[in-house]
Amino acid sequence: MFVTAAYAQSTTTEGAETHDAAAGEVHTETGVAQEGGHGSGVFPPFDSSTFASQLLWLAITFGLFYLLMSKVVMPRIGGILETRNDTIARDLDDASRSKAEADAAIAAYEQELAAAKAKGNAIASEAREAAKTKAAADRTAVEASLNNKISAAEARIADIKTKALADVGAIAEETAAAVVEQLIGGKASKAEIASAVKATAK
Amino acid sequence: MAGDKVDPVHQFVVNKIVPIEIGGIDFSFTNASLFMVATLAVATCFLYFTTSTRSLVPGRMQSVSEISYEFIASMLREGAGSHGMKFFPMVFSLFMFILTANMLGMVPYFFTVTSQIIVTFALALFVIGTVVFYGFYKHGLGFLNVFVPSGVPGILLPLVIAIEVISFLSRPISLSVRLFANMLAGHITLKVFAGFVASLGTLGALGIGGAILPLIMTVALTGLEFLVSFLQAYVFAVLTCMYLNDAVHPGGH
Repeated sequence: MFVTAAYAQSTTTEGAETHDAAAGEVHTETGVAQEGGHGSGVFPPFDSSTFASQLLWLAITFGLFYLLMSKVVMPRIGGILETRNDTIARDLDDASRSKAEADAAIAAYEQELAAAKAKGNAIASEAREAAKTKAAADRTAVEASLNNKISAAEARIADIKTKALADVGAIAEETAAAVVEQLIGGKASKAEIASAVKATAK
Repeated sequence: MAGDKVDPVHQFVVNKIVPIEIGGIDFSFTNASLFMVATLAVATCFLYFTTSTRSLVPGRMQSVSEISYEFIASMLREGAGSHGMKFFPMVFSLFMFILTANMLGMVPYFFTVTSQIIVTFALALFVIGTVVFYGFYKHGLGFLNVFVPSGVPGILLPLVIAIEVISFLSRPISLSVRLFANMLAGHITLKVFAGFVASLGTLGALGIGGAILPLIMTVALTGLEFLVSFLQAYVFAVLTCMYLNDAVHPGGH
């Protein structure tokens, strides 16, 4: 690009070179004509003898480049980008759909949980009520049976008591009769003894 | 000056490699042709092989190709609207070709294709020719609206039209000269400064010390030239988009 192999031969000073550079820029012919790479002696980019060749080769290379770009490379890159955008869009759709599904599942789960809780509470309170009523019923039944037993026992006691009292009267009469017999040696009438015993018992 | 072999213009000389002559006209395969072919090969191979895997998740090189593609696509869409997208292959080819040619020119000893006025002028004419052809093909005489800006008072119209016509006619010249002159001037400047380094280096110790300055300059200029290489390809593509906008929407400015 800017290195010249033959530079070592140079004996010029910096100043001469600056002049040479300036000469190149204003395309003075002297600096260029010494090169020998081209004989026309004009500033190379303006050398019209090369124009036809450059135009032809530019047309060939750029034309081919244009064809390759428009037929091969650009559809390919466009395809890559499109595929990627599609994939991203599809993935985003999938993600949002999954999220909606998850949300629905969470909502359903919470609903079920709430229902189950309510059901549990209902069952618990029902059981509590049932247990309460059952306990109350049991208690009343037990109380009733106990009362029955108590009254039966009282009846029995009263019965036994009257029986015992009756027995006591009979025993007392017999004892009194026996005592009377022993004491006075005569027999007291049964009625007399009974009335006497009764009077005493009172 | 005699015997001075450091000629900053020598790098632009077109040498015949394979002489070809058809009908008395010289169509030789020259070093310029060689580097046109090299540009074609390098750019095509790069774009072709970096995208050959068609990866969903691009690698570094595939990203470069995709970024160039999207860069030009958005440039054209902004410049000429969605109707201008039919010129996408043309703008993309122009940008990649000029960019590759400029970058290849930065390699020492390589010929810079775009430093030849005929090459840049041909590319500019191709652009303007496309604009004119498509403009008349699509809009007929309505394409001439491009010379009549809307909202101009009638008394100024002849003057404005004259200015518009001149500016339109100067487009291929400005388009081609901008690219050509930038590449030419950059390469000459680089060569001059690099020449200082070498010539000062032959002057002994003091000279070697003094050569440091132009050496730094050369390094800095090399960086600048890479920037210019890209920038000029970009400017060429942007202006192409703007001119194509005229063909797609005449009278739209």
